[in-house]
Amino acid sequence: MEASATLPPAKPPAQPTRNGGGGGNKKGASEGSATWSLVDRIGLAICWFLGLLFCAIAIAVVVYLFIQGIKFLKPEMLWTPASSGFTETQSGGFSDALIGTLMVAVMGLSLALPAGVAIAVWLVEYGRPAGLARVTESTIEAIAGIPSIVLALFGTVIFSSTALGFLSRETEGVVFGRSFFAASAMLSLVALPLIVASTREGLNSIPRHVREASYAVGKTKAATTRRILLPACRPQVATGAMLGLGRIIGDTAIIVVLLGATQNFAPVEGAPFPLNFLRGAGTTLTNFVYEASPTGNLNQPQKAYAAAFVLLLMVLVLNGAVDVVHRRARKVGTWSS
Amino acid sequence: MEFLKKPPPPIRRLELEDPEAATQVLPPVASTNGHGDAPAAVPAQSPGGFTGARRSIGAPQFSIRRMEIDDVSVFYDQKEAVKSVSLPVRQGEVLSLIGPSGCGKTTLLRSLNRLTELTTAARLTGRILLDDIDIRELEPTMLRRRVTMVFQQPNPFPMSIFDNIAYVLREQGSRRTRKKVLEPAVLSALDRAGLLDEVKDNLDHPALKLSGGQQQRLCIARALAAEPEVLLLDEPCSALDPKSTAVIEDLIVKLRDDVAVVIVTHNLQQAYRIADHVAFMYLGDLVEYNTATALFGNPREQRTQDYVSGAFG
Repeated sequence: MEASATLPPAKPPAQPTRNGGGGGNKKGASEGSATWSLVDRIGLAICWFLGLLFCAIAIAVVVYLFIQGIKFLKPEMLWTPASSGFTETQSGGFSDALIGTLMVAVMGLSLALPAGVAIAVWLVEYGRPAGLARVTESTIEAIAGIPSIVLALFGTVIFSSTALGFLSRETEGVVFGRSFFAASAMLSLVALPLIVASTREGLNSIPRHVREASYAVGKTKAATTRRILLPACRPQVATGAMLGLGRIIGDTAIIVVLLGATQNFAPVEGAPFPLNFLRGAGTTLTNFVYEASPTGNLNQPQKAYAAAFVLLLMVLVLNGAVDVVHRRARKVGTWSS
Repeated sequence: MEFLKKPPPPIRRLELEDPEAATQVLPPVASTNGHGDAPAAVPAQSPGGFTGARRSIGAPQFSIRRMEIDDVSVFYDQKEAVKSVSLPVRQGEVLSLIGPSGCGKTTLLRSLNRLTELTTAARLTGRILLDDIDIRELEPTMLRRRVTMVFQQPNPFPMSIFDNIAYVLREQGSRRTRKKVLEPAVLSALDRAGLLDEVKDNLDHPALKLSGGQQQRLCIARALAAEPEVLLLDEPCSALDPKSTAVIEDLIVKLRDDVAVVIVTHNLQQAYRIADHVAFMYLGDLVEYNTATALFGNPREQRTQDYVSGAFG
C-alpha cells in the first residue's frame, strides 16, 4: 500500500541523438551504427547494397519496358487481332491475346477464389479431423511447389479424356483437350495456394475472443464466418486474389500446353456463343510475348515489347488495387493487442 | 499485488447492507459525498484495508434466483480447473468471482453459457440450471442469447456502431431486416449501456475507432441487445483506464435489476465496489461465497483473509 511512495523515479527522456548516418531507421531505433562491431557494419552495408540493387533492377525493368512499350505500342494493336503477314506493320495487333488474358484471369480466379477461401476457412475454423486438415495443408503446399508446366502436362491427360469432351473440341470421339476451360482450370491451381495462404493468415490474425464474442450472442459458426470473419480478413483475401491473379496472367507454360497457343481465337463450330470460344483454343499476352520474342515463331520484337508493356501495366494496376483495399481496411481499424 | 499499488478508489458513499438485505428497502440516496447520510453501519475493519466505501447504489432491492451452479467441475484433459462448485446466480444482484490467476473463475464463467465447449479438451460434470432447466438441454445458440458475455479485451466487430448491435438483433447470418425496423432496439441497447449520447450522431462510424472505454460499453450494449437474462463479464475493465472503469462499474450496478450480473475480476477493489455477493476461488475450489461486506470485512476462511489482505495473489 505504501508502494506508491516508492515509485521508481521517472525515466530520463530518451536520448535525442538521431544519427544521420543510418538513415534506414524510420521509426524506433535512435541508435546509430557508428558504435557497432565491424562485422555488423559490413552486414548492414550488404543489406543496404542488396536492397538498393533490387530497387535498381525493378526500376530498370519498369523503365525499360515503359520506354520500349510507349515507343512500339500503337493503340490499334489493342483492338486488332493478329493476322499473318511478313512485316510488323502487316501482322496486326494482339487483341485476341489481350482478351484471352482477361478470359483466363476471370475464369481462373472465379474457380480459385471461392475454393481457396473455402479451404482456408475450413482449415482455420473447423480443421477436423486433424489428420485430414494436415493432409489438406500438405497438398496445398505440394501444389504450390509443382511447376506449372507439370500441372499443364497433367491437365492434358485429364482434359483429353472422353468424359470431358464437352470442355474442349471433340471430333469423331477424339478430344482435343485444349481450351479456355482446360487452361483456366489448371491456372486456378496455380493461384489457389496463394489465396489459401493469404486467407489463412487473415483468419489467424483475428483474435479468438472476437469469434467468441459472436458465439456469445448466440451466433452460429457459419454466421460468424460470413458476417464477421470473412469481412474482417477482406484485405488478406484481396491480397491473395491479386497475387493469384498475377500468377494466372503471368503463366506461360499452361497456356502453351493447354490453350493451344494459337495466334487467334479458334472457336468450336456449332457451339452456342460463349461456349464456342470457351471450348476453343486461343492465346494470351504471355504466349504472344513468347511467340513474338526473337526466339519465338513470329519474331516481332517490337510487338513483344508492346504486349509486355500492356502485361506490366496490368500487374501494376493489380498492385495498386491491393494497396487501395488495405488502405480502406485501415479506416475500419483493428483490435488492440 | 498489482491492485495494492494503485491509488485507492474514490470513496463514494458509505453503505453497508445486511447480508440478507433483499427485503430492506433503502431510500434512494442522491448524495455521493464520501460520508453518506444513510445510517450506515461501519463495516468491521477489513483485513485488506477495505474500509468504508462501497458504491454509489445501495443494497439490492430484490433478488430472484436465475441460475444455479450445482456441483460443477470442469476438466481440461486430466487437469481439473473447477472443482465441484455450487453457486446461485441472482437477478437484482451483482455476483463477483475473485481469485488469483488460474483459479478457474474464468472457466466457470465461460461454462455458464457453454463457451467452454468450444475448447475441445474441456469436459464438464455437474449441472448448471437456467430457470430450473439444465443448460445442456438448451440449444447453445438459444442459451447464449439468454446468457450473453462481455470479454476482457474490447472486441467490437469490424463494422459500424449501428451494425454491431444490428448483427445481434438479426437472424443468424441474415442482413435482410431493414435498418428502420431495427433502429429502436439498437438505440435502446446503446442507451442502456450509457453510450447513446456519445454516439447517436455518428452511428455509421466504424466501431473500432471508438475509445477503449466506449468500445467496451458498445460490447455491453451488444450483449444487452439480445435481451439476456444473465450477463457475464470477464474482467471487463482490465484493459481500460480508471475513468472508463468508473463509468462501466456504475453501469454494471445499474444493470443488476434487469439482468443477473456475474463479473470476474482481478481487482479486489472493484469487487468490493460493485459486488453484492462475492465468490472467492482458489486453485479450482470455491473457498468462500458470501456477501461482499462479509467476505471483505470478516471472511470465514483463513485463505480468503490472506487473499483479500494481499498475503498472496
